[in-house]
Amino acid sequence: MTTTMRLSHLAALEAEAVHIIREVVAETEQPGLLFSGGKDSVVLLHLAKLAFWPARVPFPVVHIDTGHNFPEVLEFRDEYVEEIGVRLIVGSVPEALAAGSLREPAGNVSRNALQTPVLLETIQKHRFDALFGGARRDEEKARAKERVFSVRDEFGQWDPKNQRPELWDLYNGLLEPGASMRVFPLSNWTELDIWQYIADRELALPPLYYAHERAVFERDGMLFADNEFLPRREGEDIRMEKVRFRTIGDATCTGAVRSDAVTNEDVLAEIVASRLTERGATRADDRVNETAMEDRKREGYF
Amino acid sequence: MDILRLATAGSVDDGKSTLIGRLLYDTQTAFEDQIDAVARASRRTGGDGEQINLALLTDGLKAEREQGITIDVAYRYFATPRRKFIIADTPGHVQYTRNMVTGASTAELAIVLVDARGGMTEQSRRHALLCSLLGVPHLVLAINKMDLVDYDEAAFRAIDQEFSRFSERLRIPDLSVIPMSALEGDNVVQRTTKMPWYEGPSLLHHLETVHVAADTNLIDLRFPVQYVIRPQTTEFHDYRGYAGKIATGVIRVGDEVIALPSGMTSKVTAIDSPAGPVEEAYAPMSVTVRLADDIDLSRGDTLTRVNNQPRTTQDIDAMVCWMAPEELRPGMRVLVKHTTRTVPALVKDIEYRMDVNTLHRAGADSLGFNDIGRIRLRTTQPLMCDDYQRSRQTGGFIVIDPTTKRTLGGGMIRLP
Repeated sequence: MTTTMRLSHLAALEAEAVHIIREVVAETEQPGLLFSGGKDSVVLLHLAKLAFWPARVPFPVVHIDTGHNFPEVLEFRDEYVEEIGVRLIVGSVPEALAAGSLREPAGNVSRNALQTPVLLETIQKHRFDALFGGARRDEEKARAKERVFSVRDEFGQWDPKNQRPELWDLYNGLLEPGASMRVFPLSNWTELDIWQYIADRELALPPLYYAHERAVFERDGMLFADNEFLPRREGEDIRMEKVRFRTIGDATCTGAVRSDAVTNEDVLAEIVASRLTERGATRADDRVNETAMEDRKREGYF
Repeated sequence: MDILRLATAGSVDDGKSTLIGRLLYDTQTAFEDQIDAVARASRRTGGDGEQINLALLTDGLKAEREQGITIDVAYRYFATPRRKFIIADTPGHVQYTRNMVTGASTAELAIVLVDARGGMTEQSRRHALLCSLLGVPHLVLAINKMDLVDYDEAAFRAIDQEFSRFSERLRIPDLSVIPMSALEGDNVVQRTTKMPWYEGPSLLHHLETVHVAADTNLIDLRFPVQYVIRPQTTEFHDYRGYAGKIATGVIRVGDEVIALPSGMTSKVTAIDSPAGPVEEAYAPMSVTVRLADDIDLSRGDTLTRVNNQPRTTQDIDAMVCWMAPEELRPGMRVLVKHTTRTVPALVKDIEYRMDVNTLHRAGADSLGFNDIGRIRLRTTQPLMCDDYQRSRQTGGFIVIDPTTKRTLGGGMIRLP
């Protein structure tokens, strides 16, 4: 009897995430969940739904809109939020730019750096003391060392040398006044786990994740979708390719990969065979230097 | 496929990073862009050019790269068709004892590395002691760098015997000793032909097959209530569910249960799991339990069985690992978080400090950063606890500073 009472890896990861989500709601005053419409945040919001079923998810979801989003993703975001029945709060980079509280550096099209101040402003405005994020430790080397409950000071900054010890499954959700937390229930999931879970639970994703014909051009060895936010340089010719996206972020720095994967099973097979990490393959923002992610996190990025 | 959580302890000198790099590389978990980055860094740091430095695959923060050391626990992931593995990669030096304790607290298996040339060191003894103290059920003593002692059996046997003598004083339920060379890849993923005198499995084969299902305590039902779910909607008007993660044991629909500390009893009418309603649930599932009666039960309380209860007490006797610069002293007021219950407590007494290298106990007035010692606490409200060696889930607690809210240490309860 006892040998059969061992959870599968997906069930164990699910149980851990549900435990973490409930713990945050029990211990903090004003939690929220960062939702981009990307696959990790879809899994995260699904787990939040499971954690409180049959009651509603007891916190709002937050989207930091760079203004450079794929329209399919925004459409998906609105439908999914409606289906789950949660409130959506949008922190808008274009609005902050229009209001003058933020200025766009000349010559730089990526709004990655602009996301952080808008995120911090949104946290302050809505007095969030804890924000869930879908980040995983397998994504990046700075993330590999971050706690599940990651405390940020009053400026939203992460201090990697001064993290709270995290023992057993006893998460410390208490905060000094002014401080806040980012909480990562998917810390122990890998890209493969996420896709296995999506396939197993039949979760819907934005269509960008599956192979489709798209007008693209090549830059720095990556394929970018032709879009209004990303001016092409000389010699960057548009061509039609069958592609899909492994990550979905700002349209100006998220690349596509050539793919024929149209079902979850196809995608799984492709990931198993892939020899590049998802960020290495498709994220221009992490290619800047070896500590790009660590530097951004120190400033308050997720 | 299940998950095995393991911790590795050792320093760069023992070849720990090379070992993990080898596991990631040989199981094809490391990706090309990571390997390219490592190859670039290998050339820059003046490696011998041809061979990529596998240790750099596990490199982390800026400060760590600058100083060439590991400061914090890093989590690594790899999978084979048999199992998914979560590695808590912990630094070896004594000033990072707290990080090793953190990594070991959730590990089902720990790998302690020893350099075949040097034999047991203070550091390897300390690592084994911490694993025993933290209740890690499976230990692998990895005798590394066998290539540097010409794969000599006598060198291996000498360390094996030395460790056996030392470990008699520890609690290590399952020990495996494996000779290997992480640098050459001997006995890490593939069994080597260079040590015909060794008949055991490679490290990876051992990790894939070690029997861990029996380590979960499925005997003592302990269900600490995390959150009460009350939808108050028309459809679920009377729904009242107690959400939580089963710490130990099994719970079934129809079970008679008792709520602690109230002492009121009821019967389980339904169990909702993430996969829908179930007839039975077991540790470590996260579920929602419904009862026949509206009894006094909320976050911090525990559901258990009438004839198998935890100890309900305000007097806590525990080993603690102190993880903060400010000293622990008698008279200090702290918060204790145990299961889902957080209560104020007073430090009554420090019985002794333990030398983590020799196991020697010495009287102490205080415990400092990275010290381990035995203390007594008095909590303002009762905790429902078990002996740590019987249940890490209901025997472990953390100590929190009531002002700064920082985590100061971890404790392991001892019941007489």
